[in-house]
Amino acid sequence: MEVVGKYVGVPATQGRGWHSFDLKWLVIGSSVAVVAYLALMPLGFLLWQSFFTPQTATKAAEFTYDNYLTAYSSSETLKLFFTSLRFATGTSIFSFIVGTLLAWMNERTNTPLKPLFFALSIIPLIIPGVLFTVAWIMLASPKIGIVNLLLQELFNTDYVFVNIYSIWGMIWVDGLHYSSMAFLIMSAAFRSMDPSLEESAMMSGASVPQVAWHITLKLTWPAIFATLLILFVRSIESFEVPALLGLPVGIQVFTSSIYQAIHQYPSKIGLASSYAVTLLMITTIGIYCQSKLSGQGNKYSTVTGKGFRPRAMDLGGWRYVTATVFLLYFSLIVVLPFLVLLWSSLQKFYSVPSLAALHNLSFDAYAFILTYPTLASAVTNSLILAVGCATLVMLLTSVICWIVVKTKLPGRWILDNLASLPMVFPGLVLGLAIMIFYLNFDIGIYGTMWIMFIAYVTRFMPYGLRYNTTSMLQIHKELEESAAMSGASWGTTFWRIIVPLLKPGLMAGWIYIMIVSIRELSTSILLYSPGTEVVSVLIWELWENGQYVELSALGVMFIIALFMLVMAAQLVGKRFGVKED
Amino acid sequence: MLKVNALYTEYPNDKGEIVKAAQNVSFEVPEGKLFTLLGPSGCGKTTTLRSIAGLERPRAGEISVDGVAVYSSEQGIFLPPNKRNFGMVFQSYAIWPHMNVFQNAAFPLRVGTRKFTKKEIEEKVMRVLTAVGLEQFADREATKMSGGQQQRLALARALVMEPKLLLLDEPLSNLDAKLRERMRFELKRMQRELRLTTVYVTHDQGEALALSHEIAVMSAGHVVQIGSPRDIYERPRNKFVADFVGLTNFLDATVEAPDPAHDDGYRVNSCIGQLSVTSMDKFAKGDTVLVSVRPEDIELYETRPAGPNVIEGRVDFKVFLGEYMDYQIKIGDRQILARTHPSFKSPVGESVYLKMHPGKCITIQDNTQYRKAA
Repeated sequence: MEVVGKYVGVPATQGRGWHSFDLKWLVIGSSVAVVAYLALMPLGFLLWQSFFTPQTATKAAEFTYDNYLTAYSSSETLKLFFTSLRFATGTSIFSFIVGTLLAWMNERTNTPLKPLFFALSIIPLIIPGVLFTVAWIMLASPKIGIVNLLLQELFNTDYVFVNIYSIWGMIWVDGLHYSSMAFLIMSAAFRSMDPSLEESAMMSGASVPQVAWHITLKLTWPAIFATLLILFVRSIESFEVPALLGLPVGIQVFTSSIYQAIHQYPSKIGLASSYAVTLLMITTIGIYCQSKLSGQGNKYSTVTGKGFRPRAMDLGGWRYVTATVFLLYFSLIVVLPFLVLLWSSLQKFYSVPSLAALHNLSFDAYAFILTYPTLASAVTNSLILAVGCATLVMLLTSVICWIVVKTKLPGRWILDNLASLPMVFPGLVLGLAIMIFYLNFDIGIYGTMWIMFIAYVTRFMPYGLRYNTTSMLQIHKELEESAAMSGASWGTTFWRIIVPLLKPGLMAGWIYIMIVSIRELSTSILLYSPGTEVVSVLIWELWENGQYVELSALGVMFIIALFMLVMAAQLVGKRFGVKED
Repeated sequence: MLKVNALYTEYPNDKGEIVKAAQNVSFEVPEGKLFTLLGPSGCGKTTTLRSIAGLERPRAGEISVDGVAVYSSEQGIFLPPNKRNFGMVFQSYAIWPHMNVFQNAAFPLRVGTRKFTKKEIEEKVMRVLTAVGLEQFADREATKMSGGQQQRLALARALVMEPKLLLLDEPLSNLDAKLRERMRFELKRMQRELRLTTVYVTHDQGEALALSHEIAVMSAGHVVQIGSPRDIYERPRNKFVADFVGLTNFLDATVEAPDPAHDDGYRVNSCIGQLSVTSMDKFAKGDTVLVSVRPEDIELYETRPAGPNVIEGRVDFKVFLGEYMDYQIKIGDRQILARTHPSFKSPVGESVYLKMHPGKCITIQDNTQYRKAA
């Protein structure tokens, strides 16, 4: 068959003219409209707003370059830019090295304790960034940090051994937090590599270091670079660590500066917008390069071909060393943070672990939290938002995904990119954009749960798309076509064939989005009002009030609840045969 | 009954460019007959079938069933697949994994425009499951079935709606060799008993020859020959058909004179010597022709037999294939493939005699267009 030019035809399933307007086009049309609205509205408005002066009662907004001039003419901004870069670069390299080492240990060596490695995949889900940061403050702050106090007692000095309130402290905490993500990505890269490529190099007479350098490293180079990029993007948009560790000592990055510009009086929305636009540009370039590097085919990381189980390298006695390294890492990322929260939650006043403090154990903090006036409403809000957002996102993206994967509609790639667009939005920037939009475009949802609902749906739409795409690609086209041949209409086919077959992906995605919605902080922090607090905002408020003991009690319960949710997800995953993402 | 007239199809590939599939495809299938579209992959046979099904929208042409158009570019008619009431069995069977055997087979009755009562559905489904021999598996998970059973279920699902037309898209290609052979017979028996008008798509010439009333051989989007299985095999109209359907030896030859010994006979001077051949075309002395001789139509002898078309050659090498034996025979600088019963044993390097019945030496058109496609 020959190729003879550009295709302009209509798809076979499309009817002729307007009289075939039916349910199918109604559903598709409204889904497309919702996605386009959600993805484009905040972006457009954010850009627009960054060119205007703030609107006041006496003066209307005017067009101006001042926001950018203020932002870019000050040496502060230059400093901000370089601090952000330094923080993000340090964090991404640190987390990458740790994550890659662990991935190599798990995938390619006979290190013991392998089952524990898989626990790593769920830790970032269970311990939210805000709690992880707070726990590390309790561990390593110069004044109250347990590490410092214990070491000072041991050496009988008042020298400050570790100071978490520094750029290195920020890199340490954020790097540890993102290392499990690096571990997951690099594990997948190691796993998808055909071991026969290495084995044939070995058979050609190359030594282990030669194989590692000439084959393994060269082959994984795109994966390495893509991983570094995504880690860089995630760290430059992370909010909790810079806000909790950087702001108190004046180390500013983009996210914390945006937060500050909004939370001073009068709030400088224009300035925040121009910071946000800069940050958005950085993340957009990062994500774009990353998706180019990962390749079009890898975008959805479908499992193709046979799975490889490479021969594990025998480390001999060294495997006890690697196991120790792993245990050390595990205690840094899970055991110590959780224990310090647990310890502090059982105290009346925050104090260092000692025999004397052991006598003061009490459950007062738990009692306080459980009777805390806003707790019940915060929990309800979190649950309503999480369930609503997860349901809507999964249904919406299943239609989008069907259009993208199964039809030949011209322009469907635009739809794919639209639904993935919110991926480039840092949570805080998305919150800011949505806040500005509904402040100016008053349809009565500002200050209600609806604005947070819209923000959550926008933010997590790309995740839903990814889960649905993975399952949708596995549904053979003929399963649908045979339903059409059986006389089923589009609606019937979608509801009775596609949706049931998507169920594994739908369930897994639904639970995942529920979990990430419950722990969401950086978007909610700009959008909540009294009465619409969610649990993560409550934790933030307790921190600002200095109620560390009560915060710890809430944190411990929060972590346990998330842990149970994740376990339920794993159970469901096993039941429906969902693979770990 | 089914009439396809001047059908043109095209579709976009991954890069958005148009690929021309079927080009000016026309054929008719009479009531109750099994019609096969045969050709190599990419010849447009599946696109033609999918156009009949309504799963693809052709560029131009007309498709009608019982005189009623389901597609016509001129009148602007395009009936969607779910309104055509055709049964179809897909290459992958497309058994829905979330339904059991009964639910799969009952689906067409539950979603169609005609409504059935629960009892009617039960009766119809069990009748069709019995017909394909799956009645005892009605409650089984569809995914727990073997390949052959899934294939039968797919057939049952296509039959349960009592379709006007049955469309089969390489239904046997996913089965192993033994099962394929058995299903071939079963499919033929059912089609003949139910007298269902059927369009069958395959790239397997054995299947096409075994099942069909009529075969259309396709190449590069065109129908190159339509005929009965015997016609297609014994009287290929061009080199592509001769080459694609079965194995054959092609011999360049020049016509010398008509052969008075038999009808349509000619004497030709071929690259391996003088031959008596059969032709459906008229030739004059000096015309160049292409002669096709099937390997199984060449008899081998150790001593010179009597009769026409006997040529001496030397065994170059031989391959034992169980049911038969392939000999590569060297005649001058030409290699000829002959297929014999394994009882014929002649060592490599020995002289042998080839005997070809004049009725089995066919002249064919040597159309360059099809040569390229082949």
